[in-house]
Amino acid sequence: MQHALWLIPALPLVGFLLLVVGGRKLGDPRSGILATAMVAGSFLATVAVFVDLLGKPAEERALTQTLFTWLPSGNLKIGMGFLADPLSVTMCLFVTGVGALIHLYAIGYMKGDPKFSKFFLYLNLFVFSMLMLVLGDNLLLTFLGWEGVGACSYFLISFWHTDPANATAGKKAFVTNRIGDWGFMVGTFLTWTTVGSINYLDINAAATAGTIAGATAIAIGVLFFVAATGKSAQLPLFVWLPDAMAGPTPVSALIHAATMVTSGVYLLVRLNPVLLSAGWANDLIAWVGAITALVAATVAISQNDIKKVLAYSTVSQLGYLFLAIGTGNYVAAIFHMVTHAFFKALLFLGSGSVIHGMSHDQDMRHYGNLKKYMPITAGTFIIGWLSIAGVPPFSGFWSKDEILAGAYNFGSAGKVLWFIGLITALLTAFYMTRQVIMTFFGEEKWRNIGTDADLVPVTAHAHADSDGGTDSADAHDDHHVLTPDHTPHESPWTMTVPLIVLGGLALVGGVLNLPFVDKFELLKRWLEPTLAGEQELPHGATLFGLAVVAVVVGLVGIGFAGLVYNRKRIDPALIEREEFAKGWWIDSSYAWFMGGPGRVFFDGVAWFDGHVIDGAVNGAATLVRGAGLRLKRVQNGQVRSYAMGIAAGAVLLVGFFVTRMGF
Amino acid sequence: MNQQPTLILGALIFAIGAVGLLVRRNPLVMFMCVELMLNAVNLTFVSFSRSLNDVGGQVVVFFVLVVAAAEVVVGLAIILSIMRRRPNATADDLTMLKG
Repeated sequence: MQHALWLIPALPLVGFLLLVVGGRKLGDPRSGILATAMVAGSFLATVAVFVDLLGKPAEERALTQTLFTWLPSGNLKIGMGFLADPLSVTMCLFVTGVGALIHLYAIGYMKGDPKFSKFFLYLNLFVFSMLMLVLGDNLLLTFLGWEGVGACSYFLISFWHTDPANATAGKKAFVTNRIGDWGFMVGTFLTWTTVGSINYLDINAAATAGTIAGATAIAIGVLFFVAATGKSAQLPLFVWLPDAMAGPTPVSALIHAATMVTSGVYLLVRLNPVLLSAGWANDLIAWVGAITALVAATVAISQNDIKKVLAYSTVSQLGYLFLAIGTGNYVAAIFHMVTHAFFKALLFLGSGSVIHGMSHDQDMRHYGNLKKYMPITAGTFIIGWLSIAGVPPFSGFWSKDEILAGAYNFGSAGKVLWFIGLITALLTAFYMTRQVIMTFFGEEKWRNIGTDADLVPVTAHAHADSDGGTDSADAHDDHHVLTPDHTPHESPWTMTVPLIVLGGLALVGGVLNLPFVDKFELLKRWLEPTLAGEQELPHGATLFGLAVVAVVVGLVGIGFAGLVYNRKRIDPALIEREEFAKGWWIDSSYAWFMGGPGRVFFDGVAWFDGHVIDGAVNGAATLVRGAGLRLKRVQNGQVRSYAMGIAAGAVLLVGFFVTRMGF
Repeated sequence: MNQQPTLILGALIFAIGAVGLLVRRNPLVMFMCVELMLNAVNLTFVSFSRSLNDVGGQVVVFFVLVVAAAEVVVGLAIILSIMRRRPNATADDLTMLKG
């Protein structure tokens, strides 16, 4: 079934092209059904490849398929080739699987939007780009996908672009990502000059053979990590992700939680043999990951926008993934990436369902007691909450615990990294409990809008119903500002079915890689052929002890949040500090720098470009032009003078031959 | 056979043609001078062909004749049309192609 491989990216591409041509005609909801069917078909093709790989012995589990030579250029021949091995197929399975569910959900969520078909067009293009990123057998093809998902992210964040804030958020995401892309490009160049190939199999073979070593390996590792900090929202480039929540919620779930933001992690795991010889680059990755996890978790505590909490939570969880990579614990990174895709997509879709039911108001301070009105959303959201908080037996517990155990075993600094991870777990449990209590329990706070002076006033939401006369045809009659007499409603089946499926996955996702018994470590044994080396995890009693500590810490976080927000024993203002709410001023200090000292520097660069660089180019042009003006006088149009020139030249030539050559 | 007289004759005709091309202004006469030069060269080719016993020189002559014939067709046509438009024009008057 090797031939099914090319179908995986081809189906979403076909969906994209069909929607480009006939999306408007298909309309709502048929264009959404088409897009969903294409991604579901892609999922089936992935399953076929997966089954095929399963039937082979472990060391032969790598299929390559080159469709054609993409860029033939001297020594550099880049094929349009796909590589299916356990790692890329694992990614594909959850990209297409979760992607199909989110497409289905979006049919319900985007119902009545004037740009319905365009939304699905972008979504299909995104899935195609993401699959190119994952399946590409060389760095350049991955880069094609890398830029493709970046562009789709930009389109979708600013999907409701009539609101300037959304358009700005899209631009911010794009520009911030470009900084990371620089690392990707330079890393690719460096790999090419070192190995002479940018094919993953060649690179990893060279790294295993020791061709990439020492400073080069460190440089390649750091450069690709720079790329990953951009795409996967790590310090210092994470600032775009919280703003990216301006996009529709299915986008936040698909692109900014489950798939695109994990591509940096995928890239580093793909190149894990290089990282193994990359020395301190690993420490850098681990520390940046751990600090990002902690900082983002503190910021999440003080957010009141339901999606912002989840956005910072995503940054924090991605920090965990990089902590796992830095400590050489690649299986745990992929494991948590998969479970995170399940429960974070679930949480985002759940929040979307809440937003959908609450007239697109995203302020958690207006929610409360929604479990009464939205039982399915509440139930599945609670599964996601317990999973991310690390409560056994939910999936997040197993994967997070593996990362923490790996960090614990990592050299001398390991204990510190483990402790940072543990504090983050505590904060995670805390802010997620806060969110659940504020949203689904307590009083129905929107009833007091207008009467309670303490309540934050409702601002008109950023939804773009206004950009056309379609409101009358709008299926939601409640696309208006939240009012006290509003009755929340449960979402349609297209939205609840994905929630239930993802809830089930978040519940049982842990069975992918159960600890203690080697036989149950399915993911580890599955991924083994693609990993050059794997860090040893603690065994037996230590592992068990660490797990107990993690569970206790998680429960303390939940209990403390219950004390603050449910029992109201402690004033929330003590915990929701300003530095948290403002994101430690990281974002605003960037803005200040770019507007102040940075601006002066950039102006200087612009002056240099305008005067020195352009001056050199223009100077050369002026020189040539002047010479030409003088030389053109020779061409006076008189045939006889040309003849004279030819005759004189002939005489001179004959003279030269006779005197110098000795004829 | 002594080649010298033919070679001297060829050189003379060539010189006449070259000087004529440089000093005369009538396009038609200049054209005839070019023909003179070509035929001087042909003469030289033939005489060397005889002395070196190599038929290649004569082959070249045929090529030159054919090319010259083609050139005459085009050149005379151009000169004729110029003369129709601008009677009494000399080569020095025709400077429209100057840079």
